[in-house]
Amino acid sequence: MIELKSIYKSFEGRTVLEDISTIFENGKTNLIIGQSGSGKTVLMKSIVGLLTPDRGEVLYDGRDFLAMNKKERIALRREMGMIFQSAALFDSMTVLENVMFPLDMFSRDNYRDRKKRAQFCLERVNLSGAEQKYPGEISGGMQKRVAIARAIALRPQYLFCDEPNSGLDPKTSLVIDDLIHDITTEYNMTTIINTHDMNSVLGIGESILFIYEGRKEWHGTKEEIFTSSNERLNKFIFASDLLQKVKDMERTTREG
Amino acid sequence: MILMGRTFGRPERWRMFFKQYAKELEQLGVNSTGIVLLISFFIGAVICIQIKLNIQSAWMPRFTTGFVTREIMLLEFSSSIMCLILAGKVGSNIASELGTMRVTQQIDALEIMGINSANFLIMPKIAALVSFIPILVTISIFAGILGAYATAWFGGIINAEDLTYGLQYSFTEWFVWCGIIKSFFFAFIIASVSSYYGYTVEGGSIAVGKASTDAVVSSSILILFSDLFLTQLLTK
Repeated sequence: MIELKSIYKSFEGRTVLEDISTIFENGKTNLIIGQSGSGKTVLMKSIVGLLTPDRGEVLYDGRDFLAMNKKERIALRREMGMIFQSAALFDSMTVLENVMFPLDMFSRDNYRDRKKRAQFCLERVNLSGAEQKYPGEISGGMQKRVAIARAIALRPQYLFCDEPNSGLDPKTSLVIDDLIHDITTEYNMTTIINTHDMNSVLGIGESILFIYEGRKEWHGTKEEIFTSSNERLNKFIFASDLLQKVKDMERTTREG
Repeated sequence: MILMGRTFGRPERWRMFFKQYAKELEQLGVNSTGIVLLISFFIGAVICIQIKLNIQSAWMPRFTTGFVTREIMLLEFSSSIMCLILAGKVGSNIASELGTMRVTQQIDALEIMGINSANFLIMPKIAALVSFIPILVTISIFAGILGAYATAWFGGIINAEDLTYGLQYSFTEWFVWCGIIKSFFFAFIIASVSSYYGYTVEGGSIAVGKASTDAVVSSSILILFSDLFLTQLLTK
């Protein structure tokens, strides 16, 4: 479980995050949604420690990340896995080497076991056979799957995904969403996903935090989205005609 | 200074450090051998021709051309000028590689894993270039002298015996060491300055290009200044 308490962050006098408090639960896919520029990425970077909040607390199962010393932070970071928007694979390494990298750095297992674990992770994301390819030789969807395999190689407690579906077609996005959801349940991790993909929201949004202009605007589940009376949330979610029609149909069914 | 502080620390895993070190040795050092050979060979030949045709006269001893060619190669070309050339090749390579890693979030990925990215990425580059540079300097000296011989053997510009006599005349071993000592400093400048510019890139491809140019310009200026200082210090 990750708990945020009154997180504030500003850049050159401009407030980007204001008083954000929330709980991201264990074993669930927790989504952070909001318009571009609403502060989602800054919030995620503040949670993982790539940015330091001006005020507030980030508690990882009760452990205050911001109060930790360098050694404790490094130790905690080894419990984290992250999937970046651009996949951030090391392009000088093959797919297998990318997945083996965290194991090579931190695992005490011998080479054979490390390789076995990396191959298992690649199998888990349906990428057996691509081991010797370089990131530049595989598709965007495959790169994301390699990033997932690399993120779970050390069996993390916390998984962070920054726009995991960015640049992917709807079908591949669904595959990635399902994979993240299944892995979250399988490893009982606390997963936080930054997204503005409505398919993800409706597909795997077990807990959804809506950020508006740097503030927490709404928190609920995907089922609650359709019944929410929050105007800003409705404007954001139902900006698409298709989703508006789905909502209307839901209402008609309920009333009928 | 902060970046250097983060760079020089005990590596997380020595095995991974040596793996990176070997990779950088090949990329920054071994892959530069070709250009060093080529440039040094032709510059050695051209120096020899210039001295023979424009400086040597009947009033000067016949060994002058060989002597001057050797001194130029040993004292300046193979260390300082060669490092200026390497600042262009290796410096831009380092800055653009690290810059691209920064903008594609590969450095962030290392940090998230709990790895000291500066130590993991920059230290092997500095160690590889500093340890391979004496080899490049030595190769450059020999290639330059071979170029000078080529003018004698194939061009007939100078008598090979006169050239050999001049190359051996009043040889001071310390000058070889001067070139090597200077090159250690220059290698450190190239690797550290270029790494700094690459590692601290903010933005996109334009920023990476700018970092690459800045790395080459800054490394070259620092090499020239430190050459002045080191030459005075070492040849006193």
